[in-house]
Amino acid sequence: MTGTFLGMPPFPEAARRALEDGTLRANLDHATSTIRAKRDAVVAEVEDWEELRLAGAAIKDDVLLRLDEHLLTLETSLRAAGAVVHWARDADEACRVVAEVAKAHGAHEVVKVKSMATQEIGLNEALAAEGIDAWETDLAELIVQLGDDLPSHILVPAIHRNRSEVRDLFRSAMGESGVPAPDDLTDDPARLAEAARLHLREKFLRAKVAVSGANFAVADTGTLVVVESEGNGRMCLTLPEVLVSVVGVEKVVPSWQDLEVFFQLLPRSSTGERMNPYTSTWTGIHTGDGPQEVHVVLLDNGRTRALADEVGRQALRCIRCSACLNVCPVYERTGGHAYGSVYPGPIGAILNPLLVGPGADRQVDSLPYASTLCGACYEACPVRIDIPSVLVDLRAQVVDAHRGGLPGPEAVAMKAASRVLASGRLLALAERLTTPVLRIARYVGASAWTRGRELPAAPAETFRTWWRRKEGTS
Amino acid sequence: MRVALSVTCMNDALFPETGRNTAKLLRRLGVDVEFPAGQACCAQPMVNTGYLAEAVPVLRNFVRTFEEYDAVVTPSGSCAGSVRHQHAIVARRSGDAALAHRSAELAPRVYELSEFLVDVLGVTDVGATFPGTVTYHPTCHALRMLGTADRPVQLLREVRGLRLVELLEATECCGFGGTFAMKNAATSVAIGEDKVRNVLATGAQVLVAGDRSCLTHIGGLLSRARAGVRVMHLADVLARTEADLEAAS
Ligand code: SF4
Repeated sequence: MTGTFLGMPPFPEAARRALEDGTLRANLDHATSTIRAKRDAVVAEVEDWEELRLAGAAIKDDVLLRLDEHLLTLETSLRAAGAVVHWARDADEACRVVAEVAKAHGAHEVVKVKSMATQEIGLNEALAAEGIDAWETDLAELIVQLGDDLPSHILVPAIHRNRSEVRDLFRSAMGESGVPAPDDLTDDPARLAEAARLHLREKFLRAKVAVSGANFAVADTGTLVVVESEGNGRMCLTLPEVLVSVVGVEKVVPSWQDLEVFFQLLPRSSTGERMNPYTSTWTGIHTGDGPQEVHVVLLDNGRTRALADEVGRQALRCIRCSACLNVCPVYERTGGHAYGSVYPGPIGAILNPLLVGPGADRQVDSLPYASTLCGACYEACPVRIDIPSVLVDLRAQVVDAHRGGLPGPEAVAMKAASRVLASGRLLALAERLTTPVLRIARYVGASAWTRGRELPAAPAETFRTWWRRKEGTS
Repeated sequence: MRVALSVTCMNDALFPETGRNTAKLLRRLGVDVEFPAGQACCAQPMVNTGYLAEAVPVLRNFVRTFEEYDAVVTPSGSCAGSVRHQHAIVARRSGDAALAHRSAELAPRVYELSEFLVDVLGVTDVGATFPGTVTYHPTCHALRMLGTADRPVQLLREVRGLRLVELLEATECCGFGGTFAMKNAATSVAIGEDKVRNVLATGAQVLVAGDRSCLTHIGGLLSRARAGVRVMHLADVLARTEADLEAAS
């Protein structure tokens, strides 16, 4: 079974460990630069890309502004179409609904469409505790599951693995949970896909219950939408008798027309494709066609908390395309595990703290600092989430959450700097100390800076001293 | 037009030649630049680390020092970026409406050096001479926060004797990121090492950028690697003239 992120160390430590893994870094470098180039090429084809981004952001902002109304419309439409609607405040409530549906049908296993929401709530582990096996059917997700590994990317959870690692894993692990891999399996992508197909087909045909998320939920018709590349999701959405969809409340869009915008933005941003190969939509129940019982779990799990955050609420626009991960210099070096959550990279660095709140957890508090604020994520984001500004705002929230107690060395330094840097006169005084300070720093050599870098040499005189000497004015 | 130089706290203390060269360059172009002695810092280190309350007095000093000028020039993309995009946030948080107003009035008059030269003075040929092979790294805040685009490259192209070679993956971050360089030192160094590799691949003798903070990081990595490549601020290159060369030889 897939592990969990529980007990992960704060980002700097987890990142340091990840950086030591040369294979991981090579795999990531290769994967992110390939997809970056693909994305750049297909985005450049669209003349009105900026207008599309603005439209995407505007639709989502409108949704967030009147989320309550849209959700009630969605609920009414879903019910009218024959779906059962459940509201879940948190992970526990959502997991319980899914387990109860499965048990009501005597199911000991479910097949799963790749879904971030179900990972966020730890559904597989919760189902396992109830004696129900959850099988991932997305190829990359399957690789993670078979390896008892953690996802490392939103779109390509096994991005940190290369082909030969995957072959070894298929050979050693597939037999334990179903149809084994052929003995002569090679690392040829077609052969690997074939092995996965054989392994999964048996599961599709056997499962009575499927679990999915949704990329979009159309309020006025009660239609749920999943976009994917492989078609395995569609198998889950059509073959089993019962379908449970766990949908974050922010996934609602008012109408089908809004999808037009996102169906252009999403595939180009995520996989670098003009259009995604499979788009599945389902609206409640159709007698004799597809699942005959459909449950929809509308999930909060911190989303209303994020919504209440004036600066941060824009994170709920996210359509999980992962473009921000692929352009992030930090993510490219550390990979996704270092972020300690199912949402890694720049969006993870803001979304996790927004869902949980600052001050509660050291690991979560370290995330807003896991960025150089270079702004590449903002530039790439199809719904224009200003991630750098949200990061800075969250840093302020983290700092404020820790005020009041004994101030740490950083807080002391910032307080002192604030006094000195608020006055030219005090700064001039302090600058007289720069040279000795630099000299000491060099000899101590213990600072985080000098571990990998030289310090600059201290100048003979500061600029302001020179100016006064030359100009005599100030 | 009264023009002030905002030299930045970092240049003031560690890289005075960049301040001197900015002043020299502006004067050569006919700008009677002043250096208000009350200046200290733009508050960026505090803002980016999350100490917004601590940033307020620093912002107040910045506004008080510079608001009487028609234009403020700073040889730093990240400081100009901070003024334009972060001061409003700090001011709003301070709850001081007058400060917010004054800072909003001042922010659009604060220019990064290449913006001031190209947009305000309307020059790309600043009369500089610099013999050598140079590559240019567009720092993130200048590139994305300010949108300086290719202004620095336009300026470098007009420098006599200078051969500009393209830097691979130029728009990628160098990994400095202010306190990120200390808080996440290992990651910062890892990102920077890739930048250094790209710099070395150009064969250039000098790496130029418009931000001393990024250059300190990249330069620190270059000298740790004993790579023999120098880093220079854009102002240091643009200030050089034929006469300087003759004086030196
Ligand atoms: S934040 Fe933007 S770029 Fe990142 S995954 Fe979400 S939509 Fe995509």
